[in-house]
Amino acid sequence: MSLDVVLFTAIASAIAFSALAVVFSRNIVRSALWLLFTLIGVSLLYFLLGAEFVGATQLIVYVGGTMVLVVFGVMLTAQQQFLKIRIRPQEWLVAGILASALFVLLVTTSFHLGEGKNSPPAEPMPGSGPLGVGFLTQYLLPFEIISVHLLVVLIGAAYLARAKRRPGGNRD
Amino acid sequence: MKDLFSFLPVPFDLIAYCVAAGVICISFIAAMASIFVWLERKVSGRIQDRLGPTRLGFWGLPQMIADAVKLLTKEDFAPDVADKFLFKLAPYLAFCASFIAFVSLPFGNGIVGHELNVAAFFILAVLSSEVFGVILAGYASGSKWSLFGGIREAAQVVSYEVPRSMCVLIPVIVAGTLNLNTIGKQQTGFFWEWNLFHDPFTFVAFFIFFIVATASCKRAPFDLAEAESELVAGFHTEYSGLRWSIFFMAEYASMFAVSGAASLLFLGGWHSGLAPFELSEQWGWVGHGLNVVVFVSKTSLLVIVMMWIRWSLPRLRIDQVMMTCLKYFLPISCVLLLGVCVWELFVPNSIETGWRFLSAFVCAALVFGLIFRLLTAPLTMPRGELPGAWKGVATPLMNSKA
Repeated sequence: MSLDVVLFTAIASAIAFSALAVVFSRNIVRSALWLLFTLIGVSLLYFLLGAEFVGATQLIVYVGGTMVLVVFGVMLTAQQQFLKIRIRPQEWLVAGILASALFVLLVTTSFHLGEGKNSPPAEPMPGSGPLGVGFLTQYLLPFEIISVHLLVVLIGAAYLARAKRRPGGNRD
Repeated sequence: MKDLFSFLPVPFDLIAYCVAAGVICISFIAAMASIFVWLERKVSGRIQDRLGPTRLGFWGLPQMIADAVKLLTKEDFAPDVADKFLFKLAPYLAFCASFIAFVSLPFGNGIVGHELNVAAFFILAVLSSEVFGVILAGYASGSKWSLFGGIREAAQVVSYEVPRSMCVLIPVIVAGTLNLNTIGKQQTGFFWEWNLFHDPFTFVAFFIFFIVATASCKRAPFDLAEAESELVAGFHTEYSGLRWSIFFMAEYASMFAVSGAASLLFLGGWHSGLAPFELSEQWGWVGHGLNVVVFVSKTSLLVIVMMWIRWSLPRLRIDQVMMTCLKYFLPISCVLLLGVCVWELFVPNSIETGWRFLSAFVCAALVFGLIFRLLTAPLTMPRGELPGAWKGVATPLMNSKA
């Protein structure tokens, strides 16, 4: 058994454990913390595959994102300290059906993933250079669409968060 | 570096290398942190006209051992209302983030835990997640002062991350790579080869990066998260003993990491700037050793400047902190980013070389002039007179008879 397999097993089981903990913890901040560990684990998988740029991007985007999630979890939802989530039985039912359907789908796809490709690709993963050139040449349109989309989201967020002005002129 | 353990069978050489690199990094961080804590007390003492620790040994140096023993033997407790699990986890999260940055920080030509092709990006990503530990500490303590500190820290770090990344991009555009080892190698030679003197934009970008990095390490004047005049002690109000000291180890480690990134990106990394060749290629292991010494002293000098700033400037207010970032540093770094692109595209080589020599020699002259003035300045002043910039300013004692 090679080192890669051992490392993959360790990281994947850590990801699975923390993903389960996200679902099963009742405290909103704790489940955000477990989500953080899951996302860090996924970025470790990228590093293990040699995709350094994607791994670092995963860290900067999702770890930062989870941090904001925690801040909002504390500030906006918690009426008292350490809020607990209560789940009704019908929510368990709907979520369970959806989750098991997704699980079956993922398992059936992942068993067909390696078909037809017996050996791993010989060339290493492209670094940030080829990725950037690709964004600005072959994939320019999708890249621009996503950029404009993000810009719209940013402006919308700034609009929602701005200080409201009353017709009377006084600032809120 | 990876072939050091090549005498071992295949998977074990890598494991042995990883363990060795980790142990070296952790002991380096711990040693540097205790030295910096001692140095911080000495620097603050000098600036406030006191002596700092003096009781123990030579210059009070064993004080750092005494500090460590004190922190280790303090009682480790958590408040009743705290979320115990998160409370205990938070310092380690903060420390892990700044420790992992050292994995891809080259200390010399190839002296690096793992040479990442995206090292500059990776260090930014990892260091910005240090704030997670702080926020969790603030939340889990179950104290409103801690929570205020944590939320302030979140707001501050999220905003300062943007100009910091932009300032990192500026030397990266000049270098054309994110690999810190390659960026360091490109600056081989005399000190005018450093990225700092490449063009006016990188010159300004260094100072902006340094200020923003100070803010993202939550150092004064940006230490709103632990403003003791308003928030008791901010996010670490409820911490004591070892866990508290781990927060500070993380803070000093991330100070060292950002200063290391600054010296690699702008100040020539491990090159002393006094030799026209790469030392490690000419002199082998002696050169590697000299490189590490140069890098560590350069970076420590930047850390000392951070301490100097901390004890010289008063703390900003939270709205001033946010305004400095969003209204000043963000537009300035955008302009610098555009400017460096234009410079790279349109400015001919002759002007670039001219600027290199001009800025490098003016800076060197300024530094030497300053050192000369410092060394020749009188150590004591006559009664009633003030030294330095305040020379000649009237004081109440000036006209009275001594």
